[in-house]
Amino acid sequence: MTMTLDTPVESTQSLAPPSAARWRRWTRPALGLLLPLTAAVAWEWAVAAGWSNGRLVPPPSTVISTIDELARSGELFRHMATTLERVGAGFALGVAAGTVLGAISGYWGLARQLLDPTIQALRAIPSIAWVPLFILWLGIFELSKVALIAVGVFFPIYLGVMGAILSVDRKIVEVGRTFRLSGPAMIRRILLPAVLPAYVVSLRVGLGLGWMFVVAAEFMGASEGLGYLLIDGQQLGKPAQILAAIVIFAILGKTTDWLIEIAAMPFLRWQDAFAPSRGAF
Amino acid sequence: MLVLDRVGKTYPNGVNALERFSTEIRLGEIVAVIGGSGCGKSTLLRAIAGLDRASYGAITLDGEALTAPHPKVGIIFQEPRLLPWLSVADNIGFGLSDVSATERRERVAAALAKVGLSDKAKAWPRELSGGQAQRVAIARALVVRPEVLLLDEPFSALDAFTRRDLQDHLLDLWSETRPTLVLVTHDVDEAVVLADRVVVMRPRPGRLFEQAEISLARPRDRNSELFETTKRRILTALDRSLDQAAPDPTAAAETGDALWW
Repeated sequence: MTMTLDTPVESTQSLAPPSAARWRRWTRPALGLLLPLTAAVAWEWAVAAGWSNGRLVPPPSTVISTIDELARSGELFRHMATTLERVGAGFALGVAAGTVLGAISGYWGLARQLLDPTIQALRAIPSIAWVPLFILWLGIFELSKVALIAVGVFFPIYLGVMGAILSVDRKIVEVGRTFRLSGPAMIRRILLPAVLPAYVVSLRVGLGLGWMFVVAAEFMGASEGLGYLLIDGQQLGKPAQILAAIVIFAILGKTTDWLIEIAAMPFLRWQDAFAPSRGAF
Repeated sequence: MLVLDRVGKTYPNGVNALERFSTEIRLGEIVAVIGGSGCGKSTLLRAIAGLDRASYGAITLDGEALTAPHPKVGIIFQEPRLLPWLSVADNIGFGLSDVSATERRERVAAALAKVGLSDKAKAWPRELSGGQAQRVAIARALVVRPEVLLLDEPFSALDAFTRRDLQDHLLDLWSETRPTLVLVTHDVDEAVVLADRVVVMRPRPGRLFEQAEISLARPRDRNSELFETTKRRILTALDRSLDQAAPDPTAAAETGDALWW
């Protein structure tokens, strides 16, 4: 006769000693920094060894001192604040429009047939093609820049929301139907939570495009912003300033993406998703 | 009483899934519907649940037409269909949005205790085994106190031990409030263990073929001679239902009443 015993199974994470968990918390971000830091150190060493004069590609120490100079003069924060404001406003507009139209297209078949072909055609237009039109319509100042960023953010959000709604599991929707949920209740209690993971992904993609489009926007006759620093560096032959602006773009882009990830985390704890970081590979 | 009067369903692609199905189900009765694949069992259940509208015929509960999901009718699907973003307790309380928070908490706690999952109230659905998830689905369906509970092959994805355990558990829960149960199953054993009456359907198009009353006393001994005999009779009817050459009893008696054993 065979007997089976119910043995409570604990997750591997809880079995890991606390010191190992602490170690993992610090090593994961460190791993992400390994590649850029190695490249920076290698380039610094190559310039110091005289293998390159570092004129067109300045060593990291020069870039850091340029950032330091810009920070000390207050210029850096002024340019950063301007760019952040533009990305923030464009992102908010793009997210609002993309979410509303994506939700309408995803939820109502008739609206999708009406809207989607036009939106998809507009999506195919290169972003730079909008620049002259936006300058004509909205002027050379802030409005045209924000509009261009909003256009860049809009499409991934629209597609993400519409696609996520269309791919919500019919069986889950039927659960809502069996409990006679009204239209708004169905959206609030079934559709919104179901599309949330895909929505967060589209927000991150949209934000990434927002950072790309702000450069194009700040090429449109800006006198402030990180994009202006790029143009200024090119015109005055200051590659260290260009690289400094690029580094700041990378830091800001990564930080804002990380903020979305952190903000979404409490709402996505329920996900039963493949997570290679848990040690599957 | 749940009355199905010449219910039929033809899908837009022309597939005639269900044809002239008629029967009457008494309050508190457990009816098992069995038949081969494509005989319209699930179509029938979805029509009663109001998830799909019948193309013709009428379904009424105590004289009230069922054409859309109804508060007195609950359903348990083949898969638990738990909402992954809600805890086990919130899944069970999902259909209780119209009661006070205190009452909801009490009823959910009672339902959790009944299905033996009180310790899993805060767990995510992903943390449950298949059997536990199906218990939660049963609790979610019963906590709203339906008069009619429809079960669409609810235990078919489970292993034999869990299936048997849940069948017994379902009977325990049923005995407390005695709702009408309509159970679609492929498992003759399950039909004989649970049902007061077994309805055998014939495929292409789905029609009522034969009905059999199960008069065995509960709890039913799966190893008894009488249980085996009853099972063999159902299996014989099932075999005949799949034989297209066999005469169609519904042509003689539409309600199937004359064919009861």
